[in-house]
Amino acid sequence: MSKTMLEVKGLTTKYITRFHEDVYAVDHVSLKIEEGKSLGIAGESGCGKSTLALSLMGYYFPPLHYQSGDIIIDGKNISGMKPDDVRKNVLGTEIAYIPQAAMNALNPTRKIYKFIEDVVKAHDPKQDEKTILEMAKSRFTELGLPLDSLDKHAVELSGGMKQRVVIAISTILKPKVLIADEPSSALDVTSQKMVIKMLRDMMDRGFIKSMIFITHELPLLYNVTDNIMVMYAGQIVERGSAKEMVFDPIHPYSRGLMKSILVPEEGMREHKLAAIPGTPPNLKKPPQGCRFAERCKYAVPSCRFNSLPMIEFEGERGYRCGHSVQHLREVYQHEE
Amino acid sequence: MRNEDISSRPLCLSGRGVTKIFTTGKTRTVAVDHVDFEFHEGELISIVGESGSGKTTLSKMLLGLLNITEGEILFQGQPRDISNMHKRREYWRGIQAIFQDPFSSFNVFNKIDTVLLDCINMRGGKRLPMEKKIEMMTEACSFVNLKFAELTNKYPFELSGGQMQRLMIARIFLLKPKILLADEPTSMIDACSRATILDMLLQLRDEVGMTIIFITHDIGLAYYISDSVYIMEHGKFVESGSADDVILNPKAAYTKRLISDVPKIYEPWDLNTVAQ
Repeated sequence: MSKTMLEVKGLTTKYITRFHEDVYAVDHVSLKIEEGKSLGIAGESGCGKSTLALSLMGYYFPPLHYQSGDIIIDGKNISGMKPDDVRKNVLGTEIAYIPQAAMNALNPTRKIYKFIEDVVKAHDPKQDEKTILEMAKSRFTELGLPLDSLDKHAVELSGGMKQRVVIAISTILKPKVLIADEPSSALDVTSQKMVIKMLRDMMDRGFIKSMIFITHELPLLYNVTDNIMVMYAGQIVERGSAKEMVFDPIHPYSRGLMKSILVPEEGMREHKLAAIPGTPPNLKKPPQGCRFAERCKYAVPSCRFNSLPMIEFEGERGYRCGHSVQHLREVYQHEE
Repeated sequence: MRNEDISSRPLCLSGRGVTKIFTTGKTRTVAVDHVDFEFHEGELISIVGESGSGKTTLSKMLLGLLNITEGEILFQGQPRDISNMHKRREYWRGIQAIFQDPFSSFNVFNKIDTVLLDCINMRGGKRLPMEKKIEMMTEACSFVNLKFAELTNKYPFELSGGQMQRLMIARIFLLKPKILLADEPTSMIDACSRATILDMLLQLRDEVGMTIIFITHDIGLAYYISDSVYIMEHGKFVESGSADDVILNPKAAYTKRLISDVPKIYEPWDLNTVAQ
């Protein structure tokens, strides 16, 4: 049993709108990541993936507010800390975050090594500039990034290179958890592969100890992460290992997601691409029962009234549905 | 529906030696380099390449938004004439486009009714009674699974990305151009909505008989949707042919690399073959 790097218990965070309505975008989410493992979070737009990422950092800005739950990083509880404490003691060293358009985060008037100086000095103001530059150089060499990019401005780099540079900058202090929020969605397939290779290298060399990878591209998650969680309307609806989730999804929603996979492999053209009808529910007034019931073709009337807990099965796996695993498997088999 | 006899259909759009050279000062950048293509009626063509391979420059030339440095484009067998604005408008009745970013495709000051009404007016339906127009708009919206009654009096920015992209297709449905050029229409929306958009494009091809030119960097997407595929590298077509030929038996090294770069699920994905 390896060490648990990040443990989240019943995390609930909400947005307060200007009309003082509460929108629970992350609703009782629990997760656990061990050292050297990566976790993928999948789901459609607006299901709370990015809010979960922001909440995990413990860095709350209005309209996002913390409600309840614990975030424990390597034995240290960071929930309920003040934003200033979080910035000084948690971000960068414990958790690092890469947003989707990370490449736009670079100030065009400064050179790349200046950003690295900023990151290091924010945590240790006494650090000598020469040591920082040496550290940056050795890190860039190890990650296979060209050294001359350190002395360039952001506009001189290509999109994929900028993204990789930002990842290198944000992980310079060897954070325990890296949250990558769609780091490759804005890139083409070739640059995407370079970014993924770099993330994998960082895991292997121990620059980051664990990773949360958020995306809606399932083939990518399957190749990058060890475990996958599927999120719907602020809740986790299913979790399991990458292989189980892609080839044997249990929850009707995960199954719908897996149907939208597109890969250039034989037989894909005959495969009918199926979209899930309808739109996600409005989280201002979440449905009473199962949140997916409106769009689910297997829903029965009781689905709309009984609120559902996460049910564990087959060891580590879990799902949130009113039907039993056996029933759902039989239904799927019958369909095929 | 994959027809075998596509090559026997009349040509819709074809080009010979189409070239675009950008000149800034003394540097000359060849963005598109002597490409030849033949697009048949009712065919779904994908143009695949990385960023910077000249896909978008080619698409702008096809749309008549950029002048061609060399070569010629034939529209329905006749040399295309877009020498003045009037003729250009005439040409645009035959070719329309969907762009990558749904959020910047609409005029922010126009309500959705106005967007759709403009399309009806452009097709010469200006004199139609209002009831008929509403009926047409409702039909177009139901084609893309939107409810027209919910959209009236809304502005485009009140919709989600997927809904906006579907509204864009509703416009195309009303305009019924001969050719639809879709420049990465699904790269900014998530995988679920993507399936809906792709299905709608296939429906446009099968029911309306539109020629669709689909520009993408995702070869998996191209394989799923298209009849024929053109692979573009540094402004040149390195490989072309039917989707099955090109993607299941690639010949050019570039095509092989593009295919190896896409994450797969049934075969292992080798990260060590990454280009530097």
